[in-house]
Amino acid sequence: MNLVTVLPIVIPLVTAIVSLFAWRSLRVQRWISLAGAAGLLGSAVALLVAVRAGGIQATQIGDWPAPYGITFVADHLTATMVLLAGIIGMAVVPYSCASVDREQEEAAYHPLLHVLLMGVCGAFLTGDLFNLYVWFEVMLISSFVLMGLGGRRPQLEGALKYVALNLIASFIFLVSVGLLYAAVGTLNMADLATRVPDLDRGIATSLAMSFLVAFGVKAAVFPLFFWLPASYHTQPAAVAAIFAGLLTKVGVYAMFRVFTLVFVLRDVGATQTLLLVLSMLTMVTGVLGAVAQNELRRLLSFHIISQIGYMVVALALFTPLSIAAGVFFVAHNTLAKSTLFLVSGVVERRRGTYDLDRLGGTYRESPWLALLFALPALALAGIPPLSGFVAKLEIVQAGLEADAYIAVATALAVSLLTLFSMSKIWNAVFWQPPPASEPPPRRPPAGERWLMECPTAVMAAFTVVVGLAAGPLFGWTQAAADELLGPFGPSGYVERVLGEQR
Amino acid sequence: MTLFFLAPFLLAPLLPLLDRWFGNKAGWLIACVPILIGIYYGDLWWSLPAGEERTSVSWAWAPQLGLRLTLMIDGLGLFFVLLITAVGALVSIYASGYLAGHDRLGRFHAYMMFFMGAMLGIVLAGNLLTLYMCWELTSLASFLLIGFDNERREARAAATQALVTTAVGGLCLLAGFVLLGLAADSFELTDVLARKDAIQRHGSYPAIVVLVLIGAFTKSAQFPFHFWLPNAMEAPTPVSAYLHSATMVKAGIFLVARLTPALGGTPLWAGTLTTVGAVTMFVGAYLAFFEHDLKGVLAYLTINVLGTLMMLLGFGTPLAVQAAMVYLVAHALYKGALFLVAGIVDHATGTRDLRKMAGLIRRLPLTGAVALAAALSMAGVAPTFGYVAKEVFLDAVWHAPFVPILLTVVSVVSSILLVAGAGRVGIGPFFGRPTQDECDPPGMTMQVAPLVLAVAGVVTGLAPQTLMGPLLGPALEPIAGEPVKMYLTLWHGVGVPFVLSLVVLAAGIACYIVRGSLQRHLAGSLAVARWGPAKWYEWSLAGLYWVADWQTRMLQPGRLPRYVFVTSSVLLLLTIEEIVLRGGLREHYPGIDVRPHEAFAAVLIPAAALVAAASRSRLASVAALGVVGYGVAWLFSIFSAPDLAATQIVIESLTVILFVLAFARLPKYTLASSPRRRLRDALLAGAVGIVLTLLLLQATHEPHPPPISEWYVEHSVPAAHGRNIVNVILVDFRALDTLGEITVLATAAIGVWMLVRLSAQAPAKREGYE
Repeated sequence: MNLVTVLPIVIPLVTAIVSLFAWRSLRVQRWISLAGAAGLLGSAVALLVAVRAGGIQATQIGDWPAPYGITFVADHLTATMVLLAGIIGMAVVPYSCASVDREQEEAAYHPLLHVLLMGVCGAFLTGDLFNLYVWFEVMLISSFVLMGLGGRRPQLEGALKYVALNLIASFIFLVSVGLLYAAVGTLNMADLATRVPDLDRGIATSLAMSFLVAFGVKAAVFPLFFWLPASYHTQPAAVAAIFAGLLTKVGVYAMFRVFTLVFVLRDVGATQTLLLVLSMLTMVTGVLGAVAQNELRRLLSFHIISQIGYMVVALALFTPLSIAAGVFFVAHNTLAKSTLFLVSGVVERRRGTYDLDRLGGTYRESPWLALLFALPALALAGIPPLSGFVAKLEIVQAGLEADAYIAVATALAVSLLTLFSMSKIWNAVFWQPPPASEPPPRRPPAGERWLMECPTAVMAAFTVVVGLAAGPLFGWTQAAADELLGPFGPSGYVERVLGEQR
Repeated sequence: MTLFFLAPFLLAPLLPLLDRWFGNKAGWLIACVPILIGIYYGDLWWSLPAGEERTSVSWAWAPQLGLRLTLMIDGLGLFFVLLITAVGALVSIYASGYLAGHDRLGRFHAYMMFFMGAMLGIVLAGNLLTLYMCWELTSLASFLLIGFDNERREARAAATQALVTTAVGGLCLLAGFVLLGLAADSFELTDVLARKDAIQRHGSYPAIVVLVLIGAFTKSAQFPFHFWLPNAMEAPTPVSAYLHSATMVKAGIFLVARLTPALGGTPLWAGTLTTVGAVTMFVGAYLAFFEHDLKGVLAYLTINVLGTLMMLLGFGTPLAVQAAMVYLVAHALYKGALFLVAGIVDHATGTRDLRKMAGLIRRLPLTGAVALAAALSMAGVAPTFGYVAKEVFLDAVWHAPFVPILLTVVSVVSSILLVAGAGRVGIGPFFGRPTQDECDPPGMTMQVAPLVLAVAGVVTGLAPQTLMGPLLGPALEPIAGEPVKMYLTLWHGVGVPFVLSLVVLAAGIACYIVRGSLQRHLAGSLAVARWGPAKWYEWSLAGLYWVADWQTRMLQPGRLPRYVFVTSSVLLLLTIEEIVLRGGLREHYPGIDVRPHEAFAAVLIPAAALVAAASRSRLASVAALGVVGYGVAWLFSIFSAPDLAATQIVIESLTVILFVLAFARLPKYTLASSPRRRLRDALLAGAVGIVLTLLLLQATHEPHPPPISEWYVEHSVPAAHGRNIVNVILVDFRALDTLGEITVLATAAIGVWMLVRLSAQAPAKREGYE
């Protein structure tokens, strides 16, 4: 039993249960929640260290041998994703304490947050396709309840659309898993990797397509992203930050995993071309959606979609460089995107609105906040030397090497529009004088500022650090790509999981 | 070198402090920074053997991507370093006076220092990606500085426009650089410059040239990207003088010069540069003639000069390259001085409208003298450096490698307009009958910089070879790729350039004198300009918003049924092709033998589902759904899973009961959709069901190794000590799934509890929109 691979779900689960029992005291709940987040971050670091030192880590849960029991597997990709979840969790918990409505926070906010983190980490760690479905369910229900916590009508309306569309996706996922089991008789992903190549190509392609639809909804790919802009903007900034950082990334992660391991993308018919086209449309429609918005959270929500396109384009190019670029992009984007939502929350606490027409003057009032916004915003637009620049450079290089000129042109044009809409936010929130009709900004008390701005600042600093430490970090994502593609396909993963049975 | 490269970036955040401590004197202190940097690089270069460059990899940033921070100094780099640091020092002194008392002067200095660091990075970069990084940073600094006066709408709009326009170029440049790096197999500049043949033979060479040149053209405000530069005059005047005249806009010129050895020498390169340069030269001069804003005239004339430089670099002859560099220096000196004068005049009179200024020399004698000297240099009157530059320029055009006559004509016409422009900005405001009584004399801090620049323009004209030769000669070498013999002199003898020069001067003066009537007569021609590139920018912006709004309304109308419809259609479209068209109908499915009690379920379930969907009574729908559930339970029991069947029956019964209980509180049932839409939805739902069924039929008949369930059968009793395999799977073999599902249930319970608690609260709160 390899403890490091299971701790990232055990710690949030225990935290959730314990904090649920402490429901009488919000103070105690907060401390438990904070400790749990720190524990998760610590276990994520330990996992990463283990993977860096010892390669792919596999644990057979309950010691039932693979492929019969459930296996937890951690490779570089998984470890990176779990670490991101740990970082976001650590940033969001203190931030929530100062920003979420007290009533909402008392309504089991902290336990739900940790259940969500547990679901996310479980999805990253599991090596079993049906178990992945279970973690998707855990994520879905906890995020749904979190969405409804505020209980205001727009929130419930958004949550309804969210849950309806995601349930359809779950249904498609479940049906696909069932069909795949019917066709090859196994659920363990490593085992699937050995059996799917013998499957009839026609049916393999159909199954790959249905998985694509299921994960496409989760990842918010064109034209399946409706649930995201319908629900995210109704959330408190802390919740939106964690959703923006992690939820869609789980869908992207599932695509990376399934299309490198189970269905190797270049073998399943037109899926690769289709994915390339969809990714370009995702980038374009997402950013155009953002341009059309005039409300800070809505604008940022549409940007999530657009950025998902970059990750999917990296997967669709399917070269070692592009996969590494994709993993790097996921990491960069998770950090930058969550930071932007955190900043939007800080602005809202001062001005009481997210409406761009009613905001302004923040540059004069708080240059510090302007800097906190500028770093992730410029990173998102790919301005050097921030993290997004390296991510963009990688994708451009990978695309040009693979002669995917249209994809590269699209990616660059979209990054122009990203810069444009970030300058729109900058002009509205920071530069323009606030309308005279607006009340003077609220001065947040020092405690609230510490709790909200420190995590935000640390997160913003990440965009600089990830950009500057791009060399070693890119080496790390290259290791992830090597494990996923490898010289002979993902054989390392399969060997590690199935071990002596092979 | 690394330290000096980083110094401006590290110092920039400290400048606001300096400003707080030293007030208006801070400018003098800050000016020491560029001076020291200039001295350092000068010394570094001087200690090198003649004609060599020095490269140092400061930091292997992400070497897998070719991303290195490499610095390189050679004659060309040093030439620009000295330009940047010298003008930078003067402007920072001037800025302390110009913005004296401004509450964000410290931040202004910080941005300027940041810009200077980035600009130095461009000219010292030894790696394409290093260069690109600094290139984007100058755009960013420019954005912050143009929008410095951020509470004015125009300033914000101009800042955004400049950012977007230069970002277009920046992205093209990035693509071009990556292609160039792939073609040359290295991003290091020394490698790239040495691999001319490999690059020019490479298939992507045309793309590289076009992309890199678009980058250069946007930055250096070439037609049709020139429109952002006049608008950038919203920036405080020191910014206009420094970024938008002397340095940043020259980055494109520098880039073209830098890459000439690798990319130059082909018709594509030369043709594009010459054409775009010549058009820009004329357009800039022509538009300047009709502009009445002092800074606006200067901006258009800057565009004219930038076009001239591009054109000269396009010729690629040693003579033309030399002309370009000489002209560049002359321009930096006189245009810098004139911008700073414009700032003084603006401060003193409160206006920048040329029509409202006259006779200022009585109030601002020193400024008037400076303006006159600079204007003479601009007009190319001996003995200024501008004269030297104009002579070489006309000489180079006369000897242009292609269409010399046409180019000479265009150049002469542009130069005539330039002379007229010099008169309008250098003479018009200062002579004649004074129009203004009130006039604030400028402080000393504001007088120094323009004075130094203007004096330099005259002094270097008197002894051009001695003063500028040692600097310009080595700068030409990296462009031409070989040592260039250069001799600058004031007196060239009576040749074609001299005659042309006289013609230009005479015609220019005439033009200046009759400017009023000329402007009136030719004003009609400006209609063309009104439909020019600035309008294109507006249109594309409006178009962008329109398309964005339209597509977002189409894609995200806010109606859940629509979303479900699209999602299902996508599923259908993606799976139908392989299954039905290629695989499914072609093969027949062997071994389908149905027994009667199975057929019963097969008929019952779909029939009940149809009733559930079609019924207009909630009760009937729910009852029908219950029947579907019981049908499934029936199937479970057929396939020997009695406990599953029992569970299913319990759940179905409970669900129906709960539904019925809830009905009492629901509003009356209404049909929300039209019959057509319902038919469409029914067809879609049916098609999805059929395709999934076909898929299932095919999947179950795939031959495969023994499924894992057989292992469960074998090991259930001996290993897990349980006889009910389903239970053993749930609680032992795959207990983790169960843990997850329990979590789901518990979470759902929390959600229900929360909603119940909520409903106990006041309804007003629930309905409230934030």
